[in-house]
Amino acid sequence: MVRSRPVSFSKVMLILGLLFLYLPMVVLIVYSFNASRLVSVWAGFSTHWYGELFRDQQILSAVWMSLQIAFYSASMAVCLGTLCAFVMTRFKRLRGRTLLSSMITAPLVMPEVITGLSLLLLFVQMAQTIGWPVDRGMATVWIAHTTFCSAYVAVVVSARLKEVDRSMEEAAMDLGCTPWKTFFVITLPVILPALVSGWLLAFTLSLDDLVIASFVSGPGATTLPMVVFSSVRMGVSPKINALATLIILAVSLIAFIAWYLMRRSEVKRRES
Amino acid sequence: MARKLMSTALKGRIGAVVFHRRVVFGIPFLWLLLFFLLPFALVLKISFSSAVMAIPPYEPVFSFVDNTFTVMVNFGNYLFLLSDSLYIAAYWGSVKIALVSTLVCLLIGYPMAYAMARASASTQMVLLLLVMLPSWTSFLIRVYAWMGILGNQGLLNNLLLWLGVTDEPLKMLNTNFAVILGIAYAYLPFMVLPIYTNLVKLDVRLLEAASDLGCRSLTTFWAITLPLSKAGIIAGSMLVFIPAVGEFVIPELLGGPDTLMIGKVLWEEFFNNRDWPVASSLAIVMLALLLIPIVLFHRFQARELEKNG
Repeated sequence: MVRSRPVSFSKVMLILGLLFLYLPMVVLIVYSFNASRLVSVWAGFSTHWYGELFRDQQILSAVWMSLQIAFYSASMAVCLGTLCAFVMTRFKRLRGRTLLSSMITAPLVMPEVITGLSLLLLFVQMAQTIGWPVDRGMATVWIAHTTFCSAYVAVVVSARLKEVDRSMEEAAMDLGCTPWKTFFVITLPVILPALVSGWLLAFTLSLDDLVIASFVSGPGATTLPMVVFSSVRMGVSPKINALATLIILAVSLIAFIAWYLMRRSEVKRRES
Repeated sequence: MARKLMSTALKGRIGAVVFHRRVVFGIPFLWLLLFFLLPFALVLKISFSSAVMAIPPYEPVFSFVDNTFTVMVNFGNYLFLLSDSLYIAAYWGSVKIALVSTLVCLLIGYPMAYAMARASASTQMVLLLLVMLPSWTSFLIRVYAWMGILGNQGLLNNLLLWLGVTDEPLKMLNTNFAVILGIAYAYLPFMVLPIYTNLVKLDVRLLEAASDLGCRSLTTFWAITLPLSKAGIIAGSMLVFIPAVGEFVIPELLGGPDTLMIGKVLWEEFFNNRDWPVASSLAIVMLALLLIPIVLFHRFQARELEKNG
């Protein structure tokens, strides 16, 4: 038997670590209901700052902008990421495969300032050479977010693709199914949970990005993190606490759904 | 006749498969070539240019005037980076802060991952969600939360004063301590996950064998568990270290005027000084510094992606 002493030390660390992860967020949520303007003084429960938040036109339009960009980026990233995952897991011998796999894993760790700067220079060069994009804005942010979100989708989807039983696909192909039809009829339903959770992951990543969006966005497209950042730079504000609470709750909900979907498919697979 | 028909059908099939493969490969390949690789070439090009008051604010490197093609390569930006001690200090500062934060993450994250891997299967799923959830919620908001906690009038100082640990508020916000804490906090899930994935696959029978042969648990850990989880440790450390070197948000919000980090310097060169060539050369030097860690990470990741089942 393995003795239990180091295990109990690691259990204590696990609990402390989780407290470390969650306490700051709990503090933020609690203080969003503070009546006082000062963050350090508790002056009773109030939902005053939530009212202020919903009257702030700048924040509301930034929320709408961010949601739109996140929706389009996540959708495109799922398409590109799934194609990449296919190449990684299925095409073992193909020229250019190594280059593709480098290009898809590098954005996972690339410092955001580098990605942001490089994409901006590309858009400026493109505007000079081919005359597009005339103004930077939603479209350029969409391209930038799609590119880095695809990497995350590729990781999530390829983890699932590796475990797919290929005999069904082979049977379909042997019976004369075209590769595309095989994909849509056989493979897609099996990897759908991974696609959904990849989409949700990409959605939250896009919604959260500040640095890349700051580089490639123009005056017409201010995203929510950009508004939050310029306000937060001035110091702590109760209105941002209220906004933060709503963001934490919304994203936790999305993340929970994604996790639940993955888990359900996992359980189903184990049962069958 | 029948055989001939068969072989044409087969050829058609193979041709279709090859065509589909090309499309599946080609679309993401071209996208990434255009929006990931080409931009780096442009950063490299513009790092050899010089800043001018124009739109865009840099001199062209390649020009084609009067049927003569000229290349104007200017190493001035790189010499400038070398000559100004600010930039060298910023690179050194970033690497130092990133190293310390990675170590802190490892010291907290490894025991967490270990405990998770030892939990029962259903508890593991819940713990996994609990660790992942913060990394999916807003990064900016989570860094911001520490501003309210660490400030002079913040929660932690109030607590310390109330407990009588100190008589006057400690300066914690706007220090390197706050930056390291912030990075460790924001990146902790990225350290825990790869180590956990690694530890969960560890063959428990090895530990039992060692224990049966009279190995003490601590020795078992050093001799078996730790070496076998090396891949997870490397992946986790790279996932923390590489982005931390180029971090901008955390030093900007939690750091002070003496916090020199290269991501922040690059941002200021670009947005405040509008010196695109210097910002580009800063990015190129940062990439060169991070090349070895990135290659290490990529090799690990490629192995993970290709491994079957």
